[in-house]
Amino acid sequence: MSLLRIRNLSVDFATASGQFRAVDGVDVTLEKGELLAIVGESGSGKSVSMLAVMGLLPWTATITADEMSFEGRDLTKITPRERRSIIGKDMAMIFQEPMSSLNPCFTVGFQIKEALRIHMGMDRATRNNRAVELFDQVGIPDAASRLNTFPHQMSGGMNQRVMIAMAIACNPKLLIADEPTTALDVTIQAQILDLLIRLRDEQDMGLVLITHDMGVVAETAERVSVQYAGQKVEEQPVKDLFRHPYHPYTSALLSALPERATSKILPTIPGVVPGQFDRPQGCLFSPRCQFADEKCAQTPPVPCGPEQGRALCHHVDAIEAGEMA
Amino acid sequence: MTQPIVKASNLARFYEVKDGFLSKPKTVKALAGVDFELSPGKTLAVVGESGCGKSTLARLITMIEEPTEGTLNIDGTEITPSVWADMRETVAIVFQDPYGSLNPRQRIGQILEEPLVINRRDMSAADREAAAREMIEMVGLRPEHYDRYPHMFSGGQRQRIAIARALMLDPKVLVLDEPVSALDVSIQSQILNLLVELQDRLDLAYLFISHDLSVVKHFADDVIVMYLARAVEKASKETLFETPRHPYSKALLSTTPHADPEGKKERIKLEGELPSPMNVPLGCAFAARCWLATEACRKSVPNLEGTDHKVACLHPL
Ligand SMILES: Nc1ncnc2c1ncn2[C@@H]1O[C@H](COP(=O)(O)OP(=O)(O)OP(=O)(O)O)[C@@H](O)[C@H]1O
Ligand SMILES: Nc1ncnc2c1ncn2[C@@H]1O[C@H](COP(=O)(O)OP(=O)(O)OP(=O)(O)O)[C@@H](O)[C@H]1O
Ligand SMILES: [Mg+2]
Ligand SMILES: [Mg+2]
Repeated sequence: MSLLRIRNLSVDFATASGQFRAVDGVDVTLEKGELLAIVGESGSGKSVSMLAVMGLLPWTATITADEMSFEGRDLTKITPRERRSIIGKDMAMIFQEPMSSLNPCFTVGFQIKEALRIHMGMDRATRNNRAVELFDQVGIPDAASRLNTFPHQMSGGMNQRVMIAMAIACNPKLLIADEPTTALDVTIQAQILDLLIRLRDEQDMGLVLITHDMGVVAETAERVSVQYAGQKVEEQPVKDLFRHPYHPYTSALLSALPERATSKILPTIPGVVPGQFDRPQGCLFSPRCQFADEKCAQTPPVPCGPEQGRALCHHVDAIEAGEMA
Repeated sequence: MTQPIVKASNLARFYEVKDGFLSKPKTVKALAGVDFELSPGKTLAVVGESGCGKSTLARLITMIEEPTEGTLNIDGTEITPSVWADMRETVAIVFQDPYGSLNPRQRIGQILEEPLVINRRDMSAADREAAAREMIEMVGLRPEHYDRYPHMFSGGQRQRIAIARALMLDPKVLVLDEPVSALDVSIQSQILNLLVELQDRLDLAYLFISHDLSVVKHFADDVIVMYLARAVEKASKETLFETPRHPYSKALLSTTPHADPEGKKERIKLEGELPSPMNVPLGCAFAARCWLATEACRKSVPNLEGTDHKVACLHPL
């Protein structure tokens, strides 16, 4: 039984200008103790798909899935009460916007101890000790006195570490980390990633890491899933992905990295992600793809086999063979 | 040599915070004396530990807060709160947290037009709308986004909105506080290219705050490395990346992840207590985590010394 299993997840938002599909038929499988990275264009539905798993989307969202289960339990069928007992405890998330997910009216210490009270039923002294221990673990200096500060009195990176401490407070079985280290310098980032990996090793925690930092992906992940415009366009073990991307979007993404740059102007992918009104009939990447032809514009591709990274592309073989220059 | 457009000397900013409910307030030295000059058309990058005072420095340069000590000169004017209003157009900022800084009740069009409403009173509504729409296109957003609210955008899209807003008044100095850390790689490169183009065209000066050394390496001219409220190293980008002299800079460079899963890692792992600005150690703030530290390091704070390549360390590399 997989820790997390999602089949054909789609999320539509009702907007003033009509329905908008943010997630389009995504599959995710995660085993206990596994580390999956999700990368992809901004706005490609990485956060929304994981918020759907957590049941944290606003009412304007319509969620459909053939399957969405956590430890075999169907997340679409559980009662709100059961959900509350899982979310924040067995399944936790580090949110992308630390400032907007902390309550500005309460000290950070209160917020973390509240979670420990509700989910772990700890007494006062135990809660306090655990909170100090967590702050130490995520590298917040002066832990004991920092518990009394309010979110606005801390730097961006410190709030991010508070969020991380809250997410791991109840020893979750699944941790979804949405850009957990974007505001941190690399020495702290390394410390946090080491901590998450240690939790994974020691407690068999499953970890979904959403990030756009390909360096972090290269150095921590085992499997990488690439999203574009709400779809999963490729999935490979990390070494294979960097060595040999199959989808043209993945290739373009890797060559846009500043560390691979050869001039002051970086390679970019021309154009923008399709919006609500110009979603192509066929391949969603086709308007920006250097290899796209008539077939790409008209017919949605089906994923290739696992040996070609399940790439969602018509022309993987032809591009490989150099026939599409 | 062109005249520097920003000259900061010994800039410092302290905050009073209450540590328990009844105890007496403590002083947090968020920034403890930083000097630099910034010239038109140049990019000065500021890197360093989270909480070392980078955003505080940004708030001082953007005249959101007044320095506790030190002086600031922008475009030939000594900055005091009485001239803030006149100087606001000269310096613009893109904040670290794009969501927190965008008003959730305003549509994108309104957000972009607001600086014009306040500062360009004679501009007609139609001209304002045209300017906003042009900017939306320039930063790679879509025309239909004009009528949307911030919560309808992804993290990366929101950062483009923030950059667009900062550019609305044609500033001379742009303070960029982690401008691309929320962006995915391909948009990051579009935004960096956009910033390069704008700098060439408008001779903009950038104060560029970032954690991402691969971006800094690509983008900056000069770099200041900060640690706990102070500058510990200052050099041209080339010099810093080739021969870092402060152990913290060296550790930073060695820990930067590379987009190569098969490359070998020679990470300098830092151990030891992280310093706190509420409880500043007597000597060098990095000493507790430094593998070269000696007794002398724990006794006094080393000064930033040198001509072109400055370093604040008793045992520089
Ligand atoms: N409440 C909402 N109403 C309408 N559209 C929304 C809403 N929330 C998100 N979206 C849209 O859904 C799409 C996916 O957003 P999501 O936040 O998942 O992107 P992401 O992949 O996490 O991007 P980033 O890397 O920038 O964080 C975006 O186009 C966004 O504009
Ligand atoms: N209003 C405030 N009151 C009290 N302390 C503050 C205030 N603003 C900032 N600080 C403290 O000053 C220090 C420097 O904060 P600053 O936001 O400048 O850090 P930073 O270098 O930008 O960090 P990050 O990279 O995490 O954003 C931090 O320790 C922070 O907690
Ligand atoms: Mg996101
Ligand atoms: Mg900051």
